[in-house]
Amino acid sequence: MGRKLLLENINVPGINTFEVYRKHGGYRAVEKALKTMSTEDVVEEVKKSGLRGRGGAGFPTGMKWSFLAKPEGKPRYLVCNADESEPGTFKDRYLITHIPHLLIEGMIVASYALGAKTSYIYVRGEMMPQIRILERAIAEAKAEGFLGKNILGTGYDLELYVQPGGGAYICGEETALIESLEGKRGNPRIKPPFPAISGLYNCPTVVNNVESIAAVVPIINDGADEYAKLGIGRSTGTKLISASGNIKNPGVYEIELGVPVEEFIYSDEYCGGMANGKRLKAVVAGGSSVPILPANLILKLTTGENRLMSYESLAEGAFASGTMLGSGGFVVFDEDQCIVRNTWNFARFYHHESCGQCSPCREGTGWMEKVLHRLEYGHGKLSDLDLLVDVAKKIEGNTICPLGDAAAWPVASAIRHFRDEFEWHVSHAEEAMGRNYGLAHYADPLPKAETVAAN
Amino acid sequence: MSERVKVTIDGISIEVDAGTTILNAARLIGGDIVPPAMCYYSKLEGSGGKCRTCLVKVSKGSDKDPRPMPKLIASCRTGVMDGMEVQNITSPEVMEARKGIVEMLLINHPLDCPICDQAGECKLQDLSYEHGSEATRYEFERRTFDKIDIGDKIQLHMTRCILCYRCVYVADQLTDQREHGILGRGDAAEISTYIEKAIDNDFSGNVIDVCPVGALTDKTFRFKNRVWFTKPVDAHCDCDKCSGKVTLWYKGEEVLRVTARKDVNGEVESFICNTCRFERKNTSEWTIEGPRKISHHSVISSNHYELLDPPAVIRKNPALKEANIEEFERVTRHY
Repeated sequence: MGRKLLLENINVPGINTFEVYRKHGGYRAVEKALKTMSTEDVVEEVKKSGLRGRGGAGFPTGMKWSFLAKPEGKPRYLVCNADESEPGTFKDRYLITHIPHLLIEGMIVASYALGAKTSYIYVRGEMMPQIRILERAIAEAKAEGFLGKNILGTGYDLELYVQPGGGAYICGEETALIESLEGKRGNPRIKPPFPAISGLYNCPTVVNNVESIAAVVPIINDGADEYAKLGIGRSTGTKLISASGNIKNPGVYEIELGVPVEEFIYSDEYCGGMANGKRLKAVVAGGSSVPILPANLILKLTTGENRLMSYESLAEGAFASGTMLGSGGFVVFDEDQCIVRNTWNFARFYHHESCGQCSPCREGTGWMEKVLHRLEYGHGKLSDLDLLVDVAKKIEGNTICPLGDAAAWPVASAIRHFRDEFEWHVSHAEEAMGRNYGLAHYADPLPKAETVAAN
Repeated sequence: MSERVKVTIDGISIEVDAGTTILNAARLIGGDIVPPAMCYYSKLEGSGGKCRTCLVKVSKGSDKDPRPMPKLIASCRTGVMDGMEVQNITSPEVMEARKGIVEMLLINHPLDCPICDQAGECKLQDLSYEHGSEATRYEFERRTFDKIDIGDKIQLHMTRCILCYRCVYVADQLTDQREHGILGRGDAAEISTYIEKAIDNDFSGNVIDVCPVGALTDKTFRFKNRVWFTKPVDAHCDCDKCSGKVTLWYKGEEVLRVTARKDVNGEVESFICNTCRFERKNTSEWTIEGPRKISHHSVISSNHYELLDPPAVIRKNPALKEANIEEFERVTRHY
């Protein structure tokens, strides 16, 4: 059984109340940080822990904090990104629902480290119950003297606010989130300047994912070295994975980074294997934006080694044969699933969620969606596949924010790895309406890498 | 005193003030290496970065940090660094990306140039001649919008809009109250007045001048004439609201429309008020300065024979070329 840091007490009855949370060692990190550590110490500790952003990009959190500009006379802000809207990801919602004080504790420590006097938690508009839960928890913490003026008599003041968003995927992009928080239309800003220099109300701002902020608590409690012992290589610590799809036990799992993918899917401790005795066809490993991989490539690297659940191992092979850990939205597909339909579904999502600010994404996402719709419903042409790849390439990297890339990757990777199935949808259009392509060769063992004999 | 930095664009070096954007540095050099810009407008703060046609490749970041930038960047919003090396038309990657962007801009554009008043001075038209392909790969119905009426002076054709946001910036920065904005998201985003309402403001007419396409046109000029049949003349008047420096567009003795004066980049020199634009259409109300110089690359100057430098379409055809020389001599004999 892997060690749990965030979800250790998740099943304790009443852990969502201050009283029970405190009894189980809650808010120790606040006491330790505010009373015994300087702000630099906290930043240094997080840096040393190797914690990487849990929202998707995997940028080292400590580095992000140390980039924060500290001009005189300007306030600094910490914003928690709880606009979790990546399809297949639901870990933040789970964390906030059941153990809200962990996030608040993390927010206090992180705000202290950054010197923020006002911090915000930006929650997606659809998560109304979670907003109420957070507000109640904040009121409790404030009544106990952990928020407000002169926290624990240390002279540090902090106000924490919850801000509901309007329910837009794009507002999970940090600059769009800042715009939305300012009360404007949620369009991503053009970078530079980065939020660390000029973010919320043109003041230096750090935007962190819920899980990254929560992870600060065990780092301060147990020390960075203890945290860095967990995990593998540069992927330290634990990660929440939202497992869904055709598995026996879907749900949120806290894993130590470095667990083999095969073990994660088939072990009873985690997903418990495929549901209904079906076979594994494909996996989207980190939320809908990351490249989809067929069964053989997700379980093994091209070298024949096991693929692990870590930032590096999942990305091994880059676009050709790799994917990304992303936000940890682990979606498993069995042999009965249609990849064309799934790709269309993802494309439809990005088409709907594009903000419409820059032209490649505004026009390209809709174009891809229409072509994929045509393919799925049996009106496609073989040339559509190359067209999709080309359109995806024209979007990727040419947009203001990463939504363009996120829209392009699932399409490009699905065609790359499942081209046969797409072609079958064109050549057997009528049949494709009635049944699915099935597993085909997607779980076949990978061919041995040929070694060139020296002569 | 600001610092001077050196930047090289497509092999041409220039020294500019620190903080200048790559696009503006390229404009100082001029010529073919200037990236096209559909949304950036130097006189509107905060504009740019949206259309992505001005993407360039930075092959060397600066003298201090010579690493190239990993992605193509929007030249209108990126400042130059000392020793920076930029590739625009010399980079196949940039040209390919730009072709893609132009295609994206055109897939939902109605291409109704034959009935569009902007034809002849349309940035998108120029852009598609330079970078577009003759056939479309888009096989779906083009996007349409419900027509809305935004007043008796300005005509809105939302189907032609490329969402450059320039008119929004004009309304924010020139008028005392913005009455229109972007509604909706993604490819359903549109320019609108929310609760249908006329845009009525002393400077609202400037949205016509900044619009790069035919989405916002002058209702008082609508369907009166093609721009290349009209003759632009610089004039000024004593106006208490604006500079009063305008271009009058004549057909015969009649002033068909009034616009602000546009520079080589197609940007206005100074914004004008609605009174000058829509009300003063008699020669007697203006002091004429002289003919407006229009770049001979523009189709607007193709009916004017001051220079014997015909457009490419004439140069390539010997018969037309001959006719052009004759016409040139016939017209210029009177001067």
